[in-house]
Amino acid sequence: MEQNQSPEPVDPLVGLPVRSVGGQWAPPGTFATGRGPRLFSPGGGTRATVVSTISTIVVLAALAAIFLLAPGARAVEHAFFNPTDMWQSFIGNPKQGYYSVGAAIWLNIRMFLAAEVLILAFALLIALIRHSVGPALFPIRILATGYVDFFRGVPLILVIFALGLGVPALSLPVISSQPDVVYGVAALVLSYSAYVSEVYRAGLNSVHQSQVAAARSLGLSQGTALRYVVLPQAVRNIIPPLLNDFISLQKDTALVGTLGVIEANKAADIYSETVFNFSSFTVAAILFLILTIPLARFTDRLIERDRRRRLAGAAR
Amino acid sequence: MSQQRTPGDLNAGPVGSEAIRIEDLHKSFGPNEVLRGISMSVASHEVICLIGASGSGKSTLLRCVNLLEPIDRGRISLFGHDITDPRVDANLVRRQIGIVFQSFNLFPHMTVLRNVTLAPTKVLKTPAAQAADEAKALLGRFGLIDKVYDYPDRLSGGQQQRVAIVRALAMQPQIMLLDEVTSALDPELVAEVLEVIAELAAGGMTMLIATHEMGFARDIANRICFLEEGTIIEEAPPAELFTNPKDERTRRFLRRIVEAKRL
Repeated sequence: MEQNQSPEPVDPLVGLPVRSVGGQWAPPGTFATGRGPRLFSPGGGTRATVVSTISTIVVLAALAAIFLLAPGARAVEHAFFNPTDMWQSFIGNPKQGYYSVGAAIWLNIRMFLAAEVLILAFALLIALIRHSVGPALFPIRILATGYVDFFRGVPLILVIFALGLGVPALSLPVISSQPDVVYGVAALVLSYSAYVSEVYRAGLNSVHQSQVAAARSLGLSQGTALRYVVLPQAVRNIIPPLLNDFISLQKDTALVGTLGVIEANKAADIYSETVFNFSSFTVAAILFLILTIPLARFTDRLIERDRRRRLAGAAR
Repeated sequence: MSQQRTPGDLNAGPVGSEAIRIEDLHKSFGPNEVLRGISMSVASHEVICLIGASGSGKSTLLRCVNLLEPIDRGRISLFGHDITDPRVDANLVRRQIGIVFQSFNLFPHMTVLRNVTLAPTKVLKTPAAQAADEAKALLGRFGLIDKVYDYPDRLSGGQQQRVAIVRALAMQPQIMLLDEVTSALDPELVAEVLEVIAELAAGGMTMLIATHEMGFARDIANRICFLEEGTIIEEAPPAELFTNPKDERTRRFLRRIVEAKRL
């Protein structure tokens, strides 16, 4: 009772007086209730915004302080964050013996796009084989399982070396005389398809068997039921984990540089070896971030949308 | 075939002809023998209700007739054709036999309309516009015309189950199998689904219905089959089975039902 007579509104959750930003006591009923929801609602609640802004600045300042006050800060700044070197490596100068990191990232983008399309198709094929039940398919099911076990177990960089160095050495017509970037993309496809096929398989398993029964009971063939009933639901369920794998794929295109392909990381490497400054790697890192962050945010949005949809469904 | 058929008056042959014949049907799931020699016959335009405790084999029997479960022993004939012969195309058989499940099993990623038109367009190759018209006519008949473009999760359980019935009817089946179609519904939604079934029965649809709704079974069925532990214990017209059961096990079951105020 005494608390209620106090001029200061009390936050019901923490039991402390609630103070607004300007130091004024908040009018009763505005701040004293519903503390939780306000923190999560974008645009609502100035106090929450101010608190989060301040805490962000404090954390960033602490990190910057550690970096700037370190004994070797000057050396690191010169080696990794030299603006002149960053700019030079970004635009490149073939006469000086180094390539533009900014232009090279375009190759990463193309490798990523080509690999992504091939992975989506190939991984689905593997998943469908492993998902199949007929005894006649047993041999290829074993093959598919072996494939997934193998390529999930072997480091991607070894697969890239094996294809990039091994296949040309076979001296076969056509397939041994491809540019290195083709072997690199092939290695990405082989390795990532093993992972993505498991994601697909999880999606296929997430569709309840009663959906298949309902489709088959209407006279739909196994293939038609798969195409129109099972796959659409499976793919919907796995879009977030699929995008997660593709964010990872975007970065791993850098490993193809080990074959001598001039992608962003390799271009940065060449710059550092020519000029003896690592700022080119910082440029490559920034470019990769610019590539991956939009996809990461897009994934977040899909996950959030999916969560809301499920909540809406559960409330019904 | 060009003549427009409505699901109510599907003519599967002259009244009294045999629609389904089941002989010595056995089915096990691992060590668990669910059906132990079922033999029965369903005439065209006949409505048979299967009653019995949960686990007595009612659902499994229906799933076997729809070829959703491979059988271990015995024979099922549809209009005189052995459909358990391994050479028979199960998809062709299933076109003749509609089944509706306890849990609706609508396709959640499709609108109500698409749920209903999927099988006619993909299996019967009905042109999309025609399939949509036919689907809307059926949905209208069962009071669902304003739900045509909704997704299943926007519908009540009763509405979903009526859509599931319409979805099966859209394939113009000769026979409908109903597997405890009201068991998952809130009590106030049961009646609207039972009305639909009663309408189908009045239209002459041949039906094999597994149900716990004893009052409904008594009103609608030509014959009642009481199942226990995978065998048919007693088979009789409802007036006889409910008032004067012959077998002690039937009497025991009905006593429990009455005690639970379900009859």
